[in-house]
Amino acid sequence: MSKIDITVDGVKFSVPENINLVEALSHQGIQVPTLCWYQGMDECLGTCRVCTVKVGGRHSAACTMKTQKDMTIEFDTDELKDLRRGVIELLFVEGNHYCPSCEKSGDCLLQAQAQDMEMTHSRFPYEFNNYDLDFSGKNILLERNRCVHCKRCTELFSDDEGHKVFSFIGKGAETRVVFDHEREKKLSPHKAKEAMDLCPVGAILVKGQGFSKPYGERKYEKEPLWEKK
Amino acid sequence: MEKRKIIIDPVTRVEGHGRVTLHLNEQNQLEEARLHIVEFRGFEKFVQGRPYWEAPVLVQRLCGICPVSHHLCAAKAIDQIVGVSDETLTPTGRKMRRMMHFGQVLQSHALHYFYLAAPDLLLGMNSDVASRNVVGLAQMNQELAKKGILLRKFGQEIIKATAGKKIHGISAVPGGIHKNMSDEEIQFFKDGKEVPSIEETIQWCLEVLEHYKTFHLKNQSDILSFDQLESNYLSLIGRDGALELYHGELRCVDKDGRKVIEDMDYLKYLDIYEEEVKEWSYMKFPFLKPLGAQKGWVRVGPLARINTCEYIDTPLAQKELESFRSHNGRMPHGTLLYHWARLIEILHCAEKIQELLDDEDIKGENLITKGTRTNTGIGFIEAPRGTLIHHYDVADDDQITKCNLIVSTTHNNTAMNSSVFQRAKQIWETNPDRGEEFLNEIEVAIRAYDPCLSCATHALGQMPLKVELRDFNDVEIRTFTR
Ligand code: SF4
Ligand code: FES
Repeated sequence: MSKIDITVDGVKFSVPENINLVEALSHQGIQVPTLCWYQGMDECLGTCRVCTVKVGGRHSAACTMKTQKDMTIEFDTDELKDLRRGVIELLFVEGNHYCPSCEKSGDCLLQAQAQDMEMTHSRFPYEFNNYDLDFSGKNILLERNRCVHCKRCTELFSDDEGHKVFSFIGKGAETRVVFDHEREKKLSPHKAKEAMDLCPVGAILVKGQGFSKPYGERKYEKEPLWEKK
Repeated sequence: MEKRKIIIDPVTRVEGHGRVTLHLNEQNQLEEARLHIVEFRGFEKFVQGRPYWEAPVLVQRLCGICPVSHHLCAAKAIDQIVGVSDETLTPTGRKMRRMMHFGQVLQSHALHYFYLAAPDLLLGMNSDVASRNVVGLAQMNQELAKKGILLRKFGQEIIKATAGKKIHGISAVPGGIHKNMSDEEIQFFKDGKEVPSIEETIQWCLEVLEHYKTFHLKNQSDILSFDQLESNYLSLIGRDGALELYHGELRCVDKDGRKVIEDMDYLKYLDIYEEEVKEWSYMKFPFLKPLGAQKGWVRVGPLARINTCEYIDTPLAQKELESFRSHNGRMPHGTLLYHWARLIEILHCAEKIQELLDDEDIKGENLITKGTRTNTGIGFIEAPRGTLIHHYDVADDDQITKCNLIVSTTHNNTAMNSSVFQRAKQIWETNPDRGEEFLNEIEVAIRAYDPCLSCATHALGQMPLKVELRDFNDVEIRTFTR
């Protein structure tokens, strides 16, 4: 793979051409915060905007960009840090996130990003929107108060036969995640767990489990985002 | 003559918020005392619609003082939902939970005794309010205060090792526990490096008891005459009538020690329980149906447990029980005896923790079990302040459809009102203008029960005290506030 030069916050880096920008920066020790995107993902979803940087002076979602020759990137500026934290704050006020009683606490990427960005409160008023929980599944509980509409489940998850299980209904602020009842019913415990782990927050839960890991053993306690920096 | 009413608001050094009104009749005699609980939090409501496995973590947020009791009581109830009982839990699950509970009772009792009660007792309930606290206690007896603080820390560390955190742990899950104890964690409580070792802890408990007893015997007549309240006593009870804090049958004895409720399976509590609502309080008034609303109220907590039990199954606490009974008789009713009873329980918890630290089962790997799914979960536990009840109904789709919580302080509701009444009446009849003493003694009466008013109404807040004196037309004629 041919190497090209890019500039990040005024510093030149030599990186492979045409690879995911978040990935390329991470190899250079620069951790761009992400929520819908994760390492190893082929296709980006570009739904959350937590990875916003400036490329050539324009706001762009880094996870949707590929490295190109002479790219000029702004990342670690006060303005962009504030903007990215603002995106996280918006997600907190739009949903109803009560970390103290959430079983994904410690394993939740939204919480980990908020901690990493030192978010102590939201500058926006809480909306206290009404979302319901869907208890109708055999294996899975949908806790829609926590869904950040990242589309990981709808785009990236399929059952053992390769069928999609999750989808969205409604539009705009009314968008809700749902599942196909027939397919949900047939999910193996292993598959249900995979869906739960794929969801970056606590919106997809395996029924009857929860709080299975002690403090200190949870994902972002074992490998805090901030330690990777 | 006008009817008069005295209000005490706020009550200090009590968890939560309360206010006392004293009602006078036309003859200017004190007729009634009411401890008003003025906040409402509605925990039972917002547990509805949540998944059942979340309950043990969610409901413990009721309280920052004894969250472990709520955590474990909910876990016991939810065990039933997944078809598990205390008897069918794995040995590691059962013993880890017990250890957590003993740590909790130890730390909560130590907090209450050293930070809340001892300043009243040892410094004098009418000493200067500004220094009547743990700092004042430390100035008087530094060694004692230091031991008190470290005893509490020991209990908190036990909670951390078993629940994961000192407050709001998450380890009790449906059907068991999600962690065991490692050799290092066990060693932490034996080597005496960072916290007093378990041997030292037991030794200190004995010393504190000795210290209390000396004080008690010197001041016996004051302590016993402070408030004598003949009542029924309710608690869980262990095998053959042993003192039991975690799991057992339900026993209720009357003022003479006669069993008014034969030891019964607590799952049938609805057969004997009813709750009365009064328009002036958010806190309900539970009573035992067979005895009726007038006579069916009970006292719970340390004195109740000491009075219902036949013996204690740890040797040092048993000796202390014998000493307690030789001084106070088999069925004492002095409200301030709650403190002595509390200290015996601290010792019992420390002895139990010692047993468990030497038990190989706490290192076991088999943590969780499962049975046949049901729709009703009822948990009882002896929280530090007394019998705590959690009751959940869960639909087939796993959502909680109903939650009822009867907390220890609620059990003691009628008793607290009666104790306040008795105390206030005596002061009113002898010297109604004692002002500050009026406030102090009513507070001390309430505090003996170690009430957690925020738990009792599932309410949030600081508890300060205001006493209002009201006449027979319910017109406020005098207010004592601090
Ligand atoms: S349920 Fe989870 S994975 Fe699916 S869209 Fe919502 S947050 Fe994303
Ligand atoms: S991580 Fe880039 S848009 Fe979500």
